[in-house]
Amino acid sequence: MKKILKNPSALTGLIIISALLLVAIFADYLTPHDPYDIDIWVSYTAPEGIKGTYILGTDDMGRDLLSRIIMGSRVSLLVASVATGLSLVLGVLFGSIAGYCGGLVDTVIMRLMDLILAFPSVLLAIAIVASLGPGVVNAMFAISIVRIPAMARVTRSMVLGLKEEEFVMAGQALGFRSSRILFRHILINCFAPIMVIATMNMGTAIVVEATLSFLGLGAQPPIISWGRMLALGREAIRSAPYITLYPGLAIVITVLGFNLLGDGLRDIYDPQLRGR
Amino acid sequence: MLSYIIRRLAEMVPLLVGISILVFLLVHLSPGDPVRMLLGEDATEEDVANLNRIYGFDRPLHEQYFRWAKNMLRGDFGTSIRQGVPVSQLVFQRIPATLELAFVSVLIAVILGIPLGIFAAVKRGTIWDYISMIAALIGVSMPSFWLGLLLLSRIALHVDFLPMFGRDGSVFGGLWILLTKWDGSVLLDGVRHIILPALSIGISMMAIIARLTRSSLLEILGNDYIRTAHAKGLARYVVIFKHALRNALLPIITIVGIQFGAMLGGAIVTETVFAWPGLGRLIINAISQRDFPIIQGGVLMMAVIFTTVNLLVDISYALVNPRIRYD
Repeated sequence: MKKILKNPSALTGLIIISALLLVAIFADYLTPHDPYDIDIWVSYTAPEGIKGTYILGTDDMGRDLLSRIIMGSRVSLLVASVATGLSLVLGVLFGSIAGYCGGLVDTVIMRLMDLILAFPSVLLAIAIVASLGPGVVNAMFAISIVRIPAMARVTRSMVLGLKEEEFVMAGQALGFRSSRILFRHILINCFAPIMVIATMNMGTAIVVEATLSFLGLGAQPPIISWGRMLALGREAIRSAPYITLYPGLAIVITVLGFNLLGDGLRDIYDPQLRGR
Repeated sequence: MLSYIIRRLAEMVPLLVGISILVFLLVHLSPGDPVRMLLGEDATEEDVANLNRIYGFDRPLHEQYFRWAKNMLRGDFGTSIRQGVPVSQLVFQRIPATLELAFVSVLIAVILGIPLGIFAAVKRGTIWDYISMIAALIGVSMPSFWLGLLLLSRIALHVDFLPMFGRDGSVFGGLWILLTKWDGSVLLDGVRHIILPALSIGISMMAIIARLTRSSLLEILGNDYIRTAHAKGLARYVVIFKHALRNALLPIITIVGIQFGAMLGGAIVTETVFAWPGLGRLIINAISQRDFPIIQGGVLMMAVIFTTVNLLVDISYALVNPRIRYD
C-alpha cells in the first residue's frame, strides 16, 4: 500500500476509483433529482451550470442527466467487477492447470483460449449477447468470456516459470498433493501480475459494457447505464449534443482511473516494464 | 521461412474449424425458436414444422453443422431471412468498406502516434512529455464510438466539408481514378466521408502507438552505442532517427499489426455511429432484426479476416525477425 501511495499514477487511479465507488454506493443520496422522474415540460433543458436546477441538463423525457449519470455508475462498476471477477477465477484456473499439468491438458486448454482470441473481443461479446438475449447478466457473462484468455495466458506463463522453482520441488518431495502445491504455493506468487491484468481488464470491461448497452444489448430500461444514455443522446445529436458528452466523460474518467492504477501497479511490481 | 509459413498455415485449419463450430453453436443454442419468431405467434404447429423441415432445423445438430459447413466452403452462406437475398452477396459487398476504414484508421494512428511518441521520448521528463503521455492515456481510455459521437456533434455539424453519415465512393478506388483518369472528385468524396470515422477509431490506437514508441525509444536511447554515436559528434536528429528509431520500430510494427485486427472490432460500433456501410453495421442491423443467417455469415467472415490478418502479421514479423522462425 505504501508503494501505491508513493506512485503518482497508481495514487491518482486509486483516488478516482475510490471516489467513483463512493458515488455508486451512495448514489441514492447524491442524486439531486429522481433519475427516473419523467417531466416532459423540461425535456432537452440545456446544462444550467452549478447554480441551476439541472446542472448537466435533461434528456428527451426531461430526466435529470447528472442524476442519471450518478445512478449509471452502479451498472458500469457492477458489470465490470462481476465480469472481471469471473474472468479472473476462470482464467487463473484454466491458466494454472494448463501450466502445471502441461501436455495434452495444456494443449486443449490453450487451443480453446486461441479460439476465443480468434474473434475481435467486442465482436465475440456482441455475438454471445445476441445469441443469449440482451440484458445485464448476459452482458456480464459475455464480457467475462472474452477476457478469460488474457488472464489464462499470464497465469500459465507465470506457473510455467514457477513450477521449476526449488520450493515447488520441495513440496513435491514432501509428498504434497498437486492441487495444494498449485493453489497454495505457486498461485500465491502469481498474485501481483494477475492483479495488474485484472485492473486493466476492469477498464476494458467498462468500455465493452458501454458498447453493448449503446447497441441495445446490455442493460435494458429502466436500468440506467452510460452506454444506453449515449444511444439515446445519439438520436438527439443535432438538437442536444450535450446528452452524449457527459455520460461519455464519465466512462473516460472511470476507465482512466483503472488504467492509471493498472499502469502504476505494473511499475511497482515489475520495474523492468516501467514507462511502457 | 517456407516451413514456418507452412506450419502457421497448417495451424490455421483446426482454428478455422473451431471458429466455424463456435459460430454455428452460438446461433443454434440461442434460446427461442427462430422459425416461430419469423412466422409470428399465430403460426400453426404445422407451419412451424414445415419451415423447420425446409431450413433443416429438424435434423440432428451435428448433421446440421456438416451441411452448413459444406455450404460455407462452397461460398453459400444461406439466404437472409428478412431480405431474401443471398448472405454471401451482402457480406462480400460490405467487406471492402470495413477493410478500408480499418486501414485508413491504422494509417492515421501511425502518422500521428509515432511522431508523438518520439516527441515525448526526446523531451523526456519535461512538461511536454507529461502532457503527451497524459493525452495518450486519455486516448487509450476513450471508447471509440463516444469519440465518434463527439466528432459528429462538435465537427460534422459545423463543418460542411465533413459529412455526418455514410460513404460516398472508395478512397482507394478514387485514388486509382485520380491516377488513371486525372479525376480527383471520387477520391475527395471518399476522403471527406472517411476522415471522421477513421479518426474516431484511429485515436485510441494512436495513443497506444505513441506510448510504445516512447518507451521503446527510451530503452534504445539508454544503450551504449547511442552514447558512442553522440560521442562521435553526430547531430542529435541523426542519432535519434537513424540509430535509435530504426531499432525501436520492431515492437511498434508488431503492435500496428496486432492493432489492425483490433481495429476491425472497433469498426463494428463506429460503423453504426457513422452509418458506414461495412460488415459491422450489417451484423448489428441483423442482430436487431434477428436475421440469423446474416449474423452467422457476418461473424464468421469477420473472424476469418481477423485470423488471416493476424497470420499475415506473424509471417511478416518472422520475415524481419529471424529469431521467431526458429522458435
